[in-house]
Amino acid sequence: MKNKLGKQTIIFPKLPRIVGACSIVGEKEGKGPMAKWFDMILEDDTFGEKTWEKSESKMLKQAILMALQKSGRDKNEIDTVLSGDLLNQLMSSSFMARDLSIPFLGLYGACSTMAESLILGSVLIDGEYASNIMVGSSSHYCTAERQFRMPLEHGNQRPPSAQWTATAAGAMILSANDKGDHAVTEGQVVKEVYVTHATIGKIIDTGIKDSNQMGAAMAPAAVDTIINHLSDTGRKPDYYDIILTGDLGLIGKDIAIDLLDGIQLDVKNVYDDCGAMIFDKKQDTHSGGSGCGCSASVFAGYIYKQMRAGKIKNALLISTGALLSTISPQQGESIPGIAHAVAITTEGK
Amino acid sequence: MENQQKKENKDQKKKTTKKYEKYVKQFTPKPNYFMNCLKAFFVGGIICIGALYLQNYFMDKGFDEKEAGGLVTVILVCSAQLLTGFGVFDSLAKFSGAGVIVPITGFANSMVAPAIEFKKRDRFLALVQNSSVSQVRFWFAESQPPRLSVLFTIS
Repeated sequence: MKNKLGKQTIIFPKLPRIVGACSIVGEKEGKGPMAKWFDMILEDDTFGEKTWEKSESKMLKQAILMALQKSGRDKNEIDTVLSGDLLNQLMSSSFMARDLSIPFLGLYGACSTMAESLILGSVLIDGEYASNIMVGSSSHYCTAERQFRMPLEHGNQRPPSAQWTATAAGAMILSANDKGDHAVTEGQVVKEVYVTHATIGKIIDTGIKDSNQMGAAMAPAAVDTIINHLSDTGRKPDYYDIILTGDLGLIGKDIAIDLLDGIQLDVKNVYDDCGAMIFDKKQDTHSGGSGCGCSASVFAGYIYKQMRAGKIKNALLISTGALLSTISPQQGESIPGIAHAVAITTEGK
Repeated sequence: MENQQKKENKDQKKKTTKKYEKYVKQFTPKPNYFMNCLKAFFVGGIICIGALYLQNYFMDKGFDEKEAGGLVTVILVCSAQLLTGFGVFDSLAKFSGAGVIVPITGFANSMVAPAIEFKKRDRFLALVQNSSVSQVRFWFAESQPPRLSVLFTIS
């Protein structure tokens, strides 16, 4: 296996390129600190649709089409769409792909779907099975609440550890490393963004059963993936300009920093979390954001744009997922956590 | 032998879970129990005073105690349902917690909330969305904590 490093990491020697990205967020996210990085902010979370599910599906479709437009590719050039969300039977993704008439693979990795689709998309391109791949994921506060927690109008008090599912969608277009379509903004050639490594995480279950403690349930999985990624690649944390976990939230972020500190890995200067970034503390989301769309929109919005502008050279995205089902908590099962890492750089060939 | 091994593994797992939960606790902020209790006490108290006032009113009108009690229950349930329909109840419950959840209003809410969920934005709520009520609702969602005076003028 020439393209494998260590136990869990794979290398992409052909350097798949991210040629276009788009992020769409809901009204509440649009009032948060990351607002200026998003491509589109909905005025109304229904997005003109009758149900929340339809709205989420439309949001994902819009994100994918806008990313396609930005990449300068045509729909016919796309080989496969890889996409996922949080709903039963991947409703948003399947219904989004229904109208596209492009080969489609639905993925479920809970909130880790963005990294999962990026990894699999890069594998398809690196293995020369495709030249252009669309990847995306979405989540919606109202659909996720309905599915995993309580009806929206149900009166209750959320505990301080609860996280707010972000209404957001992110999409990217991956392309084989063919040169010749460099974009220019503000008189400068923008940097090209390549996917170099990926670390596939394993499920870590710490036995947490409280579905309002997602950050704590997922943090050990994120830490495990970070440790494995660094040991497989032989890199130090400061090799990266930013190490970004998906949706650990404020509590999970502190736990991850503390756990890494315990094994003498100081990440404080480079580490951040999408869930902690997307909302302001004043927005009353308690422990920050969560959901597939959280890491997808922050990555496709903030990180990707910063990389194109040359402000960030090396980034490590670790999307974290809590792989619980709607019935597993009722059967007394604990929450299995997972995290996949994708290393992205602007220093290509 | 095998069973013993399994049991030991299970115990070990439980121990690690307990240890981790304890570790997590130091990162988790505690809810403000005192303020929550105070809010629940006052809001719950106001509801009870109102209910008692209504009961006395009906008894003055000639109903006996049992009938008056029944009427009050119906009024409480109906107003909680109405507030749930307007999308106000969840903000109120967020503010006052057990103060509105423990009385029969909480029961009414937990019946109506799932029903709305599956009829969301069909006829009634689509109407509400476009009327001035949505303005009130919007104002409500924006104001933290929700203002009680307005609540009573609506109901």
